[in-house]
Amino acid sequence: MIKIVKRDQPSRAIFFFTPVLAIFLTLVAGGLIFFILGFKPFEALKFFFIIPIADKYGFSELLLKATPLCLIAIGLSFCFKSNNWNIGAEGQLTFGAIVSGGVALLFYEQEGFYILPIVILAGAIGGMLYASIPAILKTYFNTNEILVSLMLVYVSKLILDYLVVGPWSNPEGFNFPETRQFSDSAKLPLLFEGLRIHAGIFLALAAVVISWFVFYKTYLGFQMKVSGFSLKTAKYAGYKGKKMIILVFLISGACAGLAGVGEITGPIGQLHREISPDYGFTAIIVAFLGRLHPVGIIFASLVVAITYLGAETAQIFMQIPKYTGQVFQGMILFFLLASDYLLFFKIKFIGSKK
Amino acid sequence: MHKFFIRSFVSSLVLLFTFNVAAIAKDVKAAFVYIGPTGDHGWTYQHDVGRKAVEAAGFKTTYVEGVPESADAERVLRQLANSGHDVIFTTSFGYMNPTNKVAKEFPNVKFEHATGYKREHPNVSTYAARFYEGRTILGTIAGTMTKSNVIGYVASFPIPEVIRGINSFTLAAQKVNPNIKTKIVWAFTWYDPGKEAEAAKALIDQGADVIAQHTDSTAIVQIAEKAGVYAFGQASDMDKFAPKAVLTSVENNWGPYYVDRVKAVANGTWNQKDTWHGIGDGMVVISDLDSQMPADLRSKVKKLQADLASGKVHSFTGPIYDQKGNLIVAEGKTADDGMLAGMMTYVKGVEGDIPK
Repeated sequence: MIKIVKRDQPSRAIFFFTPVLAIFLTLVAGGLIFFILGFKPFEALKFFFIIPIADKYGFSELLLKATPLCLIAIGLSFCFKSNNWNIGAEGQLTFGAIVSGGVALLFYEQEGFYILPIVILAGAIGGMLYASIPAILKTYFNTNEILVSLMLVYVSKLILDYLVVGPWSNPEGFNFPETRQFSDSAKLPLLFEGLRIHAGIFLALAAVVISWFVFYKTYLGFQMKVSGFSLKTAKYAGYKGKKMIILVFLISGACAGLAGVGEITGPIGQLHREISPDYGFTAIIVAFLGRLHPVGIIFASLVVAITYLGAETAQIFMQIPKYTGQVFQGMILFFLLASDYLLFFKIKFIGSKK
Repeated sequence: MHKFFIRSFVSSLVLLFTFNVAAIAKDVKAAFVYIGPTGDHGWTYQHDVGRKAVEAAGFKTTYVEGVPESADAERVLRQLANSGHDVIFTTSFGYMNPTNKVAKEFPNVKFEHATGYKREHPNVSTYAARFYEGRTILGTIAGTMTKSNVIGYVASFPIPEVIRGINSFTLAAQKVNPNIKTKIVWAFTWYDPGKEAEAAKALIDQGADVIAQHTDSTAIVQIAEKAGVYAFGQASDMDKFAPKAVLTSVENNWGPYYVDRVKAVANGTWNQKDTWHGIGDGMVVISDLDSQMPADLRSKVKKLQADLASGKVHSFTGPIYDQKGNLIVAEGKTADDGMLAGMMTYVKGVEGDIPK
């Protein structure tokens, strides 16, 4: 007989085991889906998860893809740890890209070592400004940050649309919805000749280190943790909740803004209407898959990044519909949430001997 | 059991590898990069019809659908170039910069970019269709069929291609009905059924009884069907989505061009070109004319179609005036391709301003 028993305390071992379990179940279910679709499951999984990163170029593309995901997810983990549900990282990314892109365009055809730092800083500030809207509305007007941050995503995309179609469109570009290409001084340097991986990866790594330090070594990290467990306790302990809420939103916005900077001053090199394939939303999956832990997020961003690359490879070589990549991302989150059940409950096998 | 799996996995790996090498060795392989899903019944759908024509001609093809114009486009292109494809068709304007970038690194692979204007390397060609010729036909039909003399037009982006379409449509409509007005709603999207439907509703509310579109979904013809007004299909024959509303469609027919270019690669005769084909070359096709149209209109349209194909009639024949009344094409003259390619002003009779 099987009996389900509530755990006295969530198991720490299971806490880090369930993401692995979720990935494993996703692979099994994915293989099953491929089988049903009429593809050889192992071959399909190989094209999905191994072939794309089998060479140096593929691996560099994986890092390129994982960089914005990691950066945004680190930022989000500040919010999520402290019970602030910022769903609008995509908007903060977009607005950060708008501000930094605008600055980059100001320096069009100019050279100087000082340009890039200003462009990067502008992106972080843009993301912070945009994240401050849901934060301030939440702290002072008690609005729901989920709704506000999500709605602002669409607003930011419309602002970007307006700018690239209208005032910022390339004067020599026949009115096509795109800006001029940024000058080299406004672009992130490439790390290796012939590969697209750029210096933005250091921003992500810095975010990982800083977040680890803040989470586990500072008073702010402790405050966030307590607020995450219980807002009432946090209040009772006398924490200034409002300040912390605004701070975590600003950090989250800065990270998303920097991710936007990385895209437009890295591989894209200009502003146009499609600067992010919804990194801001996918990063939510990354943050949870990584258990809101900086190191976990590194691994999670790599896993999720490969679902993007794999979907392309699988389509090119096996004609598997590209949208299966999104199915994989959805399944990872689904299995993760489902297996979290094991955190709080354990399954006991009660043998007949007893 | 476990061993069995590993063994079959390894053997399938080996098999696959040898298969791939064999495939790459000889035949010309063509790849297609799509902005949308192949099932959009519009832009991408028609490119995929073209790809199937290439397959039917005996060539191997690959396609990747739903490739965003973000940083991902470049990776997809590079991967296709790296995996034994000899010619790559990139079928959306937003792929222009990535196409040229990747073309530089793969001088032996041919690149064909639709609707763009940059050919920065000798292995990049561009191609587009003279859709405006089809719009001359639609304008003629709209001008004849309207009763309210207000024609609605859902436009995508204020780029020369779209402005040109609005102008050629309006000029043709004016020719058969000097009193018509063309009202434009800019949807600022190529494909968004929701937005397109809103735009169509707004135009119908303003009295339009014929709706033309330069966006790709079937939403507009479906709204027209419900409202009991006329409409035209875009990119593919949309008659089956709105049998009463759709009078005809302007179809994008890429097949012949694709087959031609892939054959050129196979024969080693491929060269850099900027192709701009219209009704005459079969890149723009007019679907069946609806029986609701009077017989004399139908025969008039057939003749116009033949004249456009032969070059006897040009969509932009003077005198043409801009909105302010300045003569932009003199009587008896036709607009040259340079003027058409950079067209950024409305002709007289179009209402409103071009968004800046």
